[in-house]
Amino acid sequence: MATTRIQGYRPGLVDVATGQISREIFVNDEIYQDELERVFARAWLFVGHESQIPSPGDFFVSSMGEESVILCRDRVGKVHVFLNSCRHRGMKVCRYDEGNAAVLTCPYHGWSYSTDGRLVGVPYFREAYHSTLDRSAWGLVEVAQLCLYKSSVWATWDPAAPPFLEYLGDFLPYIDLTLDAWDGSDGGTEILCGIQKWRVPCNWKFPAENFSGDSYHNISHRSVDLVGIGPSGSGRRDMPELNMARKLHIAFPERGHQTTSYLLPKEAAPPPAYQHSSVVSDYFRECEEARRKKQGDWGRMIALVGEVFPNTAFLARQPRTLAAWHPRGAHETEIWRCFLVDKSAPAEVKDFLRDYYIRYSGPGGMTEQDDMENWNYAHAASRGTIARRYPYSYEQGMGTAVDNYEWEGFRVPGTVCDLTQAKSSEHNLRNLYRRWAEFMEAESWDELTIWRRQRQAEAAE
Amino acid sequence: MTDDRIARVLLKQEIEEFLYREADLLDERRYDEWLALLAEDARYWMPMRRNVKVDDREREFTREGRDISWFDEGKETLTRRVRQIQTGIHWAEEPVSRISHLLSNIQLLEVNPSPAEPAEVSVRCRFLVYRNRVETETDFLVGKREDLLRRIDGHWRIARRKILLDQNVLLSKNLTFFF
Ligand code: FES
Ligand SMILES: [Fe+2]
Repeated sequence: MATTRIQGYRPGLVDVATGQISREIFVNDEIYQDELERVFARAWLFVGHESQIPSPGDFFVSSMGEESVILCRDRVGKVHVFLNSCRHRGMKVCRYDEGNAAVLTCPYHGWSYSTDGRLVGVPYFREAYHSTLDRSAWGLVEVAQLCLYKSSVWATWDPAAPPFLEYLGDFLPYIDLTLDAWDGSDGGTEILCGIQKWRVPCNWKFPAENFSGDSYHNISHRSVDLVGIGPSGSGRRDMPELNMARKLHIAFPERGHQTTSYLLPKEAAPPPAYQHSSVVSDYFRECEEARRKKQGDWGRMIALVGEVFPNTAFLARQPRTLAAWHPRGAHETEIWRCFLVDKSAPAEVKDFLRDYYIRYSGPGGMTEQDDMENWNYAHAASRGTIARRYPYSYEQGMGTAVDNYEWEGFRVPGTVCDLTQAKSSEHNLRNLYRRWAEFMEAESWDELTIWRRQRQAEAAE
Repeated sequence: MTDDRIARVLLKQEIEEFLYREADLLDERRYDEWLALLAEDARYWMPMRRNVKVDDREREFTREGRDISWFDEGKETLTRRVRQIQTGIHWAEEPVSRISHLLSNIQLLEVNPSPAEPAEVSVRCRFLVYRNRVETETDFLVGKREDLLRRIDGHWRIARRKILLDQNVLLSKNLTFFF
């Protein structure tokens, strides 16, 4: 039947049915090389945010998989993403992190490219090339598809990939919980200046699975919880919703995206938060009320973490960030983290959030520091010849997810596992690896657009 | 030598000794004594560094109090960081790292009101912070530091520390220690 799913990767390495996943997929260099082709060269990847390149000629150097790319706005305002490698002999065209330029000139032999990627300058074009070089064929390599979604910029190298919005499917509104302003206004966020970039010695899938919803690792953050950095003075976040909401793992099996989110009761007011300062707490209370009014039942949804397959994570609320896990070999990841605030928030709110973000996230973040220690040494201790023979267990909550989860009159999109009583599940993690296995096995996007085949099958019946 | 120059030499020596003692407190993990060296309104800032054109120095550093930095905080958060290490379950520093602070190129930039009766001194140095943890994990962090020291009740206190790390992509997985 046309809707059959791939059940695993190289049978035995990813076995979703038993919830066992081999360590090889994290530590094996050959699998990693395959991953660069099959996952990173095909999937949609997060590149940046339009607020980083507001004016014509602005550029920001980003990364897709292992490779450097240039995100830039051309003279007429159109956004492009190019491979940051000169067509002549491969020199990294732009070694600045950001800036503004009329043309991008290669330092090696001086080819220059306009901000829409065309090769516009070739030294000795007449003399050395006898004016015969077809300049139109030697522009910068541009991504196959680009999507600007609420100012976030996404791209893929694969022309056969489905459009970004179809790639996201019904996961889209969960991303909105990070990209919209707190009051729910469309895309009302901006990125604070300064992108944190740092190296962690672990496979990129360790952070990817963590942000897919590792609901089990709360215990590893006990030291920061004891010390208290939360926006109301204790713990590491405000989580009064924990006491009234349903805590959910929400996964999209056909697409590999997943989130941990909270669904508030129908009648309850948004819980008080950001009690540190009254300006800040008033701001967020008003925003939450406005969002509830605007969005009705959807306004009851509070996202915690989530992951867009394969390597983009969001934290929707505390702290509000987007992160990309850029692979740098099987054994190293370069994390890029950017921080979002409401464009129109008062300065005091932005200042408060910035301080909170810095003490929570990144290498200096009192929460994230412990994650990185765990990813580092989990990876290191899994590399051995003997260690590799023993799979990891992803068996929490097997068979407990439902497709039609509903609570107090709201039907939650996605395949849902309710953690309110269970405390934890690995539903989302299995979802990530099932999709990963499909990417690794599938020869074409035809095999990966499962939802299209399902629709066709339904139509045929 | 004039009295003023002698006073300056003596002051420089005093400041150097203060900074070396401070480094010892950190390296010996005597964090509470270290915290006591910070003025109540101390600022501790470590910007991120960007690759910029030679004439675009302004954009090289993220801005204090405006942009995201590696650190941008006061005594309260620094105290919490110390408390976190002291919980004994801050896994990123448990088991504890072996850390050495090496300071050099110490220069007094400004002395107010005078070397003979100094109330505030701004001092620049280079640092090399070496961290080794667990078995072979090793970090070398090199950069410049600019400190504003203030004399409070007859003791030097750190009022402001600006830390310019000479790295773009941070090569350490975390910054669980102090500069
Ligand atoms: S490598 Fe760029 S011009 Fe030769
Ligand atoms: Fe965590």
